[in-house]
Amino acid sequence: MAVCGESGDTTQFSEYIAKNVHLYKMKNDYELSPRASANFTRRMLADSLRSRERYNVNLLMAGYDEVEKKAELYYMDYLASMMELPYCAHGYGSYFVLGCLDAYYKPDMSVANGYELLKRCIAEISKRFSINLPTFSVKLIDKDGIHDQEPIHARQLVI
Amino acid sequence: MSYNGGGVVAMKGKECVAIASDLRFGIQLQTIGLDFDKIFQAGPKLYVGFPGLATDTQTVHQRLKFRTNLYELRENRKVSPKVYASMVGNLLYEHRFGPYFVEPVVAGLDANNQPYICAFDLIGCANAPDDFVVAGTCEEQMYGMCESLWKPDLGPEELFEVISQALVNACDRDAISGWGARVYVIEKDKVTVRNVRTRMD
Repeated sequence: MAVCGESGDTTQFSEYIAKNVHLYKMKNDYELSPRASANFTRRMLADSLRSRERYNVNLLMAGYDEVEKKAELYYMDYLASMMELPYCAHGYGSYFVLGCLDAYYKPDMSVANGYELLKRCIAEISKRFSINLPTFSVKLIDKDGIHDQEPIHARQLVI
Repeated sequence: MSYNGGGVVAMKGKECVAIASDLRFGIQLQTIGLDFDKIFQAGPKLYVGFPGLATDTQTVHQRLKFRTNLYELRENRKVSPKVYASMVGNLLYEHRFGPYFVEPVVAGLDANNQPYICAFDLIGCANAPDDFVVAGTCEEQMYGMCESLWKPDLGPEELFEVISQALVNACDRDAISGWGARVYVIEKDKVTVRNVRTRMD
C-alpha cells in the first residue's frame, strides 16, 4: 500500500490497515485477498469520512491474488472512491505521468519493461514538474511475494 | 455532485424497462478510470443507478445491499421495485442533515412484468413518472434528448436505441460525463447488457 496526504494521517491510517490485515491472518489462518483488503480499507476510509476525524490520505494498494492468479492494483482517493485499474497515480505528478502511461503501458508487459516505464515516468516528472523529487523507491509484488527493486534516482536518468 | 461527474437515465417501454449509465470515473477535470459503471443489480429484474459523488455511489450501494439482504432473509422473497424504491428514499432521508451526494435511479419490472422507474434527489424525494427519469451532471442535456426521442409503448429493441441515443448525445455535450456507456434492457425473461461507444473524451 502506498499512501500520500496529510502527515500523521498517512502513518496512522496505513499502519492501522496493515495491522488489521495481519490480525485477520492470525485469527483465520489465511490471508485477506487484495480485493478484500482494498474493500476493507475503503470501508474504513468511508466511515471516517463522515465522522469527527477524517483521514486525509490518498492510497494505491497493490497485491497478488493467489486464488485468481492475477495481480491487482486499486486506486483510492481521500474521499474513499475506489477503482481497480491497470495503472494509476496520485497528486500533481499524475497530470504528467498518466499521459506517459496511457501511451506506453501494455497489459502483458514484462517486469523489466515495467521498470523502464516507471523510469520514463520519473524522467518526465523530473523534466516537467516544478518540485524536485530526487529518488523513488520501487517494490515489485508477484506470486512469490514482495521484492525491493533498485531505487530510481532522477539525476541518473536520461532526460 | 459535479466532483466526479456522470449520468444515469431510465426509460419505460412496453413490458420492458431500460437503464443506462456512462462509464467515466474522474476527479474534477482529470479522468482516472474508464469502467466505472454506476448501475448495480438489486434483484433479478431490478437495477439501480447512483450518479453523483463516487464514494457515496459505492457506500450507498453497499448500505442498500445490506438492507435488502436482511429483507430477503426475513421475508424470504426478493424485494419488489416499489419496496426497494421506498428503502432508497428512507436511507437517504435518514441522512437529511448530512446527506449522501447521490441521486439514485431505480428501474425494474414488478411481479406482473409491468415497468417501474423512480428517481430521487439527494435527500430521498421520490419521483416515479410514466415515461423516463434522468440524473447526473448531464441531466439537463438528457431531459432534452429524452423529451424528443421517447414515445410510449416502445419495444425492447427500439427502447435500446432510444435510450442509447439519449445518453450518448447528452454525455457528448458534458465535459465530465462519457468515456463509454453501458445500457441494461430488462424484459420479462432476460436482461441484455450492451456497451455503447460515446466520444472518448
